[in-house]
Amino acid sequence: MSRDLPVIKVDQVFELAEAVVDGVDISGHWNRMFSQRSVTEYPTEAMDWITSLDGGESLRDCYQCGKCVPVCPVNHVGSYGPRKLNAKVLRGNNLLDDPDLWLCTTCGNCYRVCPKEVNPLRIMPAIREQAVLEGNVPAELSEVFRNLQKSGNPHGHSPRKRADWIAGAGVPVPLISELGRPVDVLWYVSDYTSYHARGNDAAGAMARILTALGVDFAILGNEERSDADSARLAGETGLFEMLAEHNIATFRKYEFKRLVVMDPHAYNAFKNLYPGLGWEGEVLHYTQFLAPLVDRIEFRSSVELDVTYHDPCYLGRNNGEFDAPRRLLAAIPGIRLVEMPHNRANGYCCGGGGGGMWLDGFVADHVSERLSERRVREAVATVGPGRADATNGTGATNGTNGTGARAAGEAGVLSVACPYEPSRFEDAVKSTGNDGRLVVRDIVELIDQAMQPPRPAQHPTQPA
Amino acid sequence: MDYVVLLKQVPDLAEELEIDADGTGLDREWLPFVASEWDEYALEEALLLRDQGHGGTVTCLALGVATGEVDELLATCLARGADRVVKVGAFEAPPDSHTAAAAFAGALAHIHYDLILTGVQAIDDLDGQVGPLVATRLDLPHVSVVTHIGLAHHHTTVTAHQEYAGGIVAEFEVQLPAVLGVQTSRETPRYAPVSRIRQLMKTATIEAMAAGGGPGSGLVIEAMAIPETGSSAEMISGNTQAIAERIAAILAERGIGTAVAR
Amino acid sequence: MSGDIFVIAEHRDGAILDTTYELLGRARALAGQAGGEAVAVLLGSGVAGLAGSLGAAARVIVVDGPGLASFSPTAYQAALVPLVRERQPALVLVANGGSGMDVAAGLSAALDLPLAAYAIDLTIDGNGPLVTCQLYAGKIQAKVRFAGGRGIVTAVAGSFPAEAGMSSGSPAIETIAPAATDDRIRFVDLLRPEAGDVDITRESVLVSVGRGIGEQENIELVEALASALGGAVSSSRPIADLGWLPRTRQVGKSGLKVKPRVYLALGISGAPEHLEGMRGAELIIAVNSDARAPIFSVAHYGVVADLLDVVPALTARLGG
Repeated sequence: MSRDLPVIKVDQVFELAEAVVDGVDISGHWNRMFSQRSVTEYPTEAMDWITSLDGGESLRDCYQCGKCVPVCPVNHVGSYGPRKLNAKVLRGNNLLDDPDLWLCTTCGNCYRVCPKEVNPLRIMPAIREQAVLEGNVPAELSEVFRNLQKSGNPHGHSPRKRADWIAGAGVPVPLISELGRPVDVLWYVSDYTSYHARGNDAAGAMARILTALGVDFAILGNEERSDADSARLAGETGLFEMLAEHNIATFRKYEFKRLVVMDPHAYNAFKNLYPGLGWEGEVLHYTQFLAPLVDRIEFRSSVELDVTYHDPCYLGRNNGEFDAPRRLLAAIPGIRLVEMPHNRANGYCCGGGGGGMWLDGFVADHVSERLSERRVREAVATVGPGRADATNGTGATNGTNGTGARAAGEAGVLSVACPYEPSRFEDAVKSTGNDGRLVVRDIVELIDQAMQPPRPAQHPTQPA
Repeated sequence: MDYVVLLKQVPDLAEELEIDADGTGLDREWLPFVASEWDEYALEEALLLRDQGHGGTVTCLALGVATGEVDELLATCLARGADRVVKVGAFEAPPDSHTAAAAFAGALAHIHYDLILTGVQAIDDLDGQVGPLVATRLDLPHVSVVTHIGLAHHHTTVTAHQEYAGGIVAEFEVQLPAVLGVQTSRETPRYAPVSRIRQLMKTATIEAMAAGGGPGSGLVIEAMAIPETGSSAEMISGNTQAIAERIAAILAERGIGTAVAR
Repeated sequence: MSGDIFVIAEHRDGAILDTTYELLGRARALAGQAGGEAVAVLLGSGVAGLAGSLGAAARVIVVDGPGLASFSPTAYQAALVPLVRERQPALVLVANGGSGMDVAAGLSAALDLPLAAYAIDLTIDGNGPLVTCQLYAGKIQAKVRFAGGRGIVTAVAGSFPAEAGMSSGSPAIETIAPAATDDRIRFVDLLRPEAGDVDITRESVLVSVGRGIGEQENIELVEALASALGGAVSSSRPIADLGWLPRTRQVGKSGLKVKPRVYLALGISGAPEHLEGMRGAELIIAVNSDARAPIFSVAHYGVVADLLDVVPALTARLGG
């Protein structure tokens, strides 16, 4: 809502046609420097409109301090910035036709440092929803909305094929509808894990780990639908709610103690949004579920890898879980964990959040490089071959069994805990010419690998 | 120019179809329904014609059938930009095309139209396509398999392209009012935001018109069956390499793929 | 009522279309059981000469009038409705296509005669005509009868052999003027697709792609395979609609009818409209990720797999 702020109004300004002060000619238009800056010069409609939207309120609180600018990942690769967004709105731009509306990935790093708690995680979806209602959406994004609406997943694959991956898991993966009894863990597999080839790798690994740990688990199979949290952040609230209604009705059909999810976006939705829609229960990201069980995991080989970890925005910064993934990595024999400069709360966004996953072509026109490419360069500099410490042959290690640093020519590992990442970062590895220098692995893939008997070649891939 | 679009819902082919206990119909109990694909093209064409300078209104008529979600379909039409929506009849199950045509024709007696668009066909129109059936009942000219519609400035005729095998197209000049069965639209049917559909489901006016008993199809369905797929095909399985090997061998038997490229 | 079976003849550029011969052959085979004759109904202007090409019919009714020079849905309907009403044939056979849909449904509504659409088979037994129709994009087949024993059938192209309708004979020719005219739809022009770089009807190997290709860039994979096989790339309708391949490469009802030695159907589910155009191929190998895809019902060999896996492997195997 608009607030009644005191306004200082200047009725009239007198100016000299010519003015010379201390020998310096300062003649000119009166506004050049002599008048006080007055916000009444700007149209207020855009700011009034945005702050009247549910979620848009905090935009007015910005006082242009600029703390957000250096931490905004998109600002690093283009002219976009949260503070500029506020400045645009102050000048009467309601953002509906501005590309900036779609560049924010809702990573939340600006909100973290904002002294005024201006919150794009709420502002952007609120404005975007208005654009969506007008049908003013980049084509590639509306294609994904259409897929989600029609098939319940962003890929547009048949919902009947959602559990097809279990054929390749190598262990039985029970469907809760077929078990006919309560389970301890209902495993929400999520979209990319279910449908994407690289996601399937993580799904199989997770299934084998759960089985090895003797966890009483089941999946929803074809009854599972997308959490659509990224669609919500991209402005399609109705789509999110529609799919939430479906998922909540499905959750209610079955008895389970806790929900374990692969996708941080699903975690965010189930934990923070579903209670408002009528479903509440224990929700754990898979790293949170596995971390306390790590001592029970029977590792049979040492993987001997230099690994860094990418904090997913919706597990780390926006939901406060930084330790569970690191506990898991630290427990895997042979892994030397090295942090990237941007880590934990200051983790660098991959560019896939808030709809960015489905705006690649649109965003490309407004940035110098993809956020995923920037992040991959950071990872290569941290664990890739040829970096300073690797050529020294010492390796930054976390103090594991001391098998020594691997040869300087070998690929490092970028480990992830979000199903968006493997395909996203692997594309970036290729496009930045880092093939053979960096591989991308979900944490469950690394655990699974170390649970297998030792193989002659222990590295996940050979350098090119 | 006032446009009317006739729509219906059909079973979602993404789901597995099953035959009912009688063996003469579909088991519809759990079947999800979606808008008939060609009807969506018809709506998109109507919206494009209206918005590309010809003005007027777009009214959508959809069959009211208990097995589907007709309110949602009509709210979707509004979300895409239709001006007015009307639910026609109250059927327990999807009616045959002749009955559907009678219901639409009855409703059209109360609605002004210059051009009526509908899908050229639907996946369930066993007894013929609704478009020409409606047209004949209303004594209107009709063209099926229309791939292009051009409006004359005087709004008394329309140019319609009818497509034949081999990509050959006949151009017709059609006096209005008329019925066109749309094969495809110039643009992919626009996305209707679910946010907007849900908003409209709560606030929009969906008119309803009753429909009298239909004439029926005059067909007696003796049996329905799912054709045995793959019954004639020898299925090749194995890993990708093995599959490639086998296909290459089959082709080689016929002397294909072994010779050098032309 | 008579036991005659009417076949509405279609012609273009002075020649009878194959689909008409398909129906005529069937009508001729069934006429005895129907207790009547196979009658071809030929509409046009100055088309008496064409009647001689309809030798498989026992009789040809030529409806000749200046308003029938080219197909027009209204002109045909105005001419046919009084004729069918008066002659009371047992069956009216129409090819399912652009003009056939207009003719058949128009007759059905005007004369209150039932219509069985998308027929792939037609027989007559002690209970009268029995029509097998395709429904739900070919996923279901229905066997139907006409409540009153008489009706109209629109048949899917390729359902019956055309050769059976091409036999020569000397049918009785009856020429009449149309009982009514209706010029609310005026024929303007016939537009033909521009000749493409490749004539897929002349290729002996076709590598055909459908929706399963996923993305436009994957067309390259298929082109590589086609070149390794010395063939050409064709497609189902959706791919041509998307503009990923020219319309001249489209196989099917609204595209071209092909009879290559080998037809590789990749990611094509096999809607009836597509099958119409390619079921005559000598060897059909289908690759589709959906084991229930109707394409497997016409294929000689089937592979349930993602074409994006199979195609590169096959290309590599062929040394492409």
